[in-house]
Amino acid sequence: MKTLKAFLIIFLLIGFSQLKSDEKKDELKNKILKNIRCLICQGQSVYDSESDFASSIKLIVDKKFNDGMSEDQVYRFLKEKYGDWVIYDPKLNKNTYILWLLPLLLFLVGGAIIRKNLIFKK
Amino acid sequence: MKNKLNLIILFIFLIFCLVIFYKGLDNPNTYTPKINGEKNLPVFKAKDFTSNNYIESDNVFAKESYYILNIWASWCVPCRKEHPLLMELSKNQSIKLIGLNYRDNLNNAKKFINELGNPYDKILIDKDGTLAVEFGAYGVPETFLIDKNKKIIKKFVGPINKKIVKEIKLFIK
Repeated sequence: MKTLKAFLIIFLLIGFSQLKSDEKKDELKNKILKNIRCLICQGQSVYDSESDFASSIKLIVDKKFNDGMSEDQVYRFLKEKYGDWVIYDPKLNKNTYILWLLPLLLFLVGGAIIRKNLIFKK
Repeated sequence: MKNKLNLIILFIFLIFCLVIFYKGLDNPNTYTPKINGEKNLPVFKAKDFTSNNYIESDNVFAKESYYILNIWASWCVPCRKEHPLLMELSKNQSIKLIGLNYRDNLNNAKKFINELGNPYDKILIDKDGTLAVEFGAYGVPETFLIDKNKKIIKKFVGPINKKIVKEIKLFIK
């Protein structure tokens, strides 16, 4: 009886941990899909879209994920096929440095102007 | 003097903004992925339209020829429009046409080919659209020009026209 109980507990624990890891995988997959732009219904993410393109991307992300690709590798694969624009969160590279650096530059210039004016007023 | 300088800077900034926004008006508000440079062909396994057997990409694309990969479907209206041009291209001996039947009903696809003619040397089935993604396509019709080194050198989004056919013929000359 004791052995049976032990087996049952082990079985339940394994099942539970499996369920937990599947849940984590699904969360990561959804995060990736929410970060991919649908090229058919632009303005929507692949996660939200019901278009043929979006459903194909959902399948391919699933496949790549099962093949052992990481989040970054999936993004790299899609960027290679469709360009940087397909990802909502573009990384810093030679095509996006203005996008990333301009707000910082404006902030610094704005800050400098405000500081200068405050000193001038004093 | 200082106020004047500030005004000039403000004026230049406003002109800069105006130019940026004016240029933006001319740009289409939909994004079309472009092919920057040559791209390698994806490695895949797909079902053959006629035999229903699986074939590998190496058996579809050999090294000695130019290829056109055309993504089509029986439900796609522009595909009907471009079909006569594909038939014309199929007469050219120095190019082979591969069709990729995209998310289609097999019976409807067969009817389409029987009705309009078969320009393709081989037709592959892409039931779920994932093979089209491997090629970097996002709709139908799309046409890819593949060179003798198995590189995708050109991509045409939408139905091909006479100008594109001319361009393809120039490439393979």
